Amino acid sequence: MSTKTIEEKQYLIRFRADTKSHLTVLDHDICNTNCPDKLCTLFCPGEVYKWEGTRMQVGYEGCHECGSCRIGCPYENIKWEYPLGGHGIVFRLA
Amino acid sequence: MSEKFDVIVVGAGPAGTACAYTCAKNGLKVLQIERGEYPGSKNVMGGVLYRKQTEEIIPEFWKEAPLERPIIEQRFWMMDKESTVSFGYKGLEWGVEPYNNFTVLRAHFDQWFAKKGVEEGVLLINETVVTECIVEDGKVIGVRTDRPDGEIFADVVVLADGVNSLLAKQLGFHNELKPDQVALTAMEVINLPKDKINDRFNLQENQGCTIEIFGDSTKGNLGTAFIYTNKESINIGVGTTLSSMIKAKMKPYDLLDYLKTHPMVAPLLAGGESAEYLAHLIPEGGFHAVPKVAGNGVVVIGDAAQLVNAIHREGSNMAMASGKMAAEAVIQAKERNDYSESSLNSYREALYASFIMKDLEKYKDAAHLFENSPQYFKEYVPMLNQAMSKFFTVDGTPKKEKQKQIIKGFTSEKGTFGVMKDLYRAWKAVK
Repeated sequence: MSTKTIEEKQYLIRFRADTKSHLTVLDHDICNTNCPDKLCTLFCPGEVYKWEGTRMQVGYEGCHECGSCRIGCPYENIKWEYPLGGHGIVFRLA
Repeated sequence: MSEKFDVIVVGAGPAGTACAYTCAKNGLKVLQIERGEYPGSKNVMGGVLYRKQTEEIIPEFWKEAPLERPIIEQRFWMMDKESTVSFGYKGLEWGVEPYNNFTVLRAHFDQWFAKKGVEEGVLLINETVVTECIVEDGKVIGVRTDRPDGEIFADVVVLADGVNSLLAKQLGFHNELKPDQVALTAMEVINLPKDKINDRFNLQENQGCTIEIFGDSTKGNLGTAFIYTNKESINIGVGTTLSSMIKAKMKPYDLLDYLKTHPMVAPLLAGGESAEYLAHLIPEGGFHAVPKVAGNGVVVIGDAAQLVNAIHREGSNMAMASGKMAAEAVIQAKERNDYSESSLNSYREALYASFIMKDLEKYKDAAHLFENSPQYFKEYVPMLNQAMSKFFTVDGTPKKEKQKQIIKGFTSEKGTFGVMKDLYRAWKAVK
């Protein structure tokens, strides 16, 4: 079967997650007060960002390391680094 | 690790490896640093590798490289909700040596390519992130990595660290990328038996086909979708500029599923098994987004230098060619024992004199025009579909009358002048 949901898609990928996040939301208040649409929760292709009422939950373990959140956050509120060498997403095919 | 190298190449994609390979082959002492578990493990592309620029590095690579299929047909679809207008070219000459281009799976190809570099003497270190360039007296003299005692020195550092190119940004070579300068692309590899692929795409044996899809594939937003045939799988992906994705409040994976279930696309994929899901940014800022590419002790190549021709979906070829040009500049710099910006500028000059910058310059206004004029994808593609439907539907209306109706359909909303202006602007942007 071809996938139908993001959960099914993410399940196809191998991740070697570090214990520490390489993505940091600098100020959760900015998400809360300035950003009604919570844009990163929409455009992030790994559904890494989830709004939990008062703060942004960052599921860095499922990150594709594409860089969209760093560039797309209208408040430059995301500190974006590469995961520790050898960690993070491991593409096996394309 | 305080050993000194002639060259440190950061990144093991096509650009980095083309550069490392060429330097090592010419006797330079080369260290190549890759942050992934293996070369290709962080690298994503739709899947077209070009013969010409690859062959210039490794002659007759197709005899041993892990390629999928030589592409003998390139199709283009202007797709609406329940129809598509298509054109394309199929030529058997592309199916025999020396070929035109190939589909590849990057995790396989990049590993092979990097291994070729290692065979030439490149020291490849995986699982290592370069966190910054070491700069002394305005000169890059090495890199700092995320390993303990991870400072390494070289005469030249080559930045082949991909689209995000944090290192070139740290050096002040470019500002942060803007959402309209990158395309966010989501893709899936879908396994399908070889005979099914051959039947559905009208192919024989290992012949390959590519389809680029405009219009409803992105719900009319600025971007494209693609379907590429591998040996026993299909790469299907779709991307729009990040700015369009944000403006339309689309989720990239929802857009991908919209494409996969589109009635024009779904039959090609039926019964397929998803094998991998990948997302990546493509640098699409074009000519104006190309950063400074040479400095004291440093050069920038490939995606890191934003070398992608989005209109022709060319990128891997520009990566390869820029990597080779940079290597040649470094080799000359070593002969002169001068690694200053003015010495390494021979790379910049070669780049700007080549097809790469000439092609990017040709299309320098295209991205901007299409980003700011959504009518091209949103309105003209459906209009074109309606026109073709009307023209080819046999209903007793005289052809002349049909033509009149079609032209009226085009001009009724925007007026003849509006349509002419749009056509002229589009032609001017791509001429």
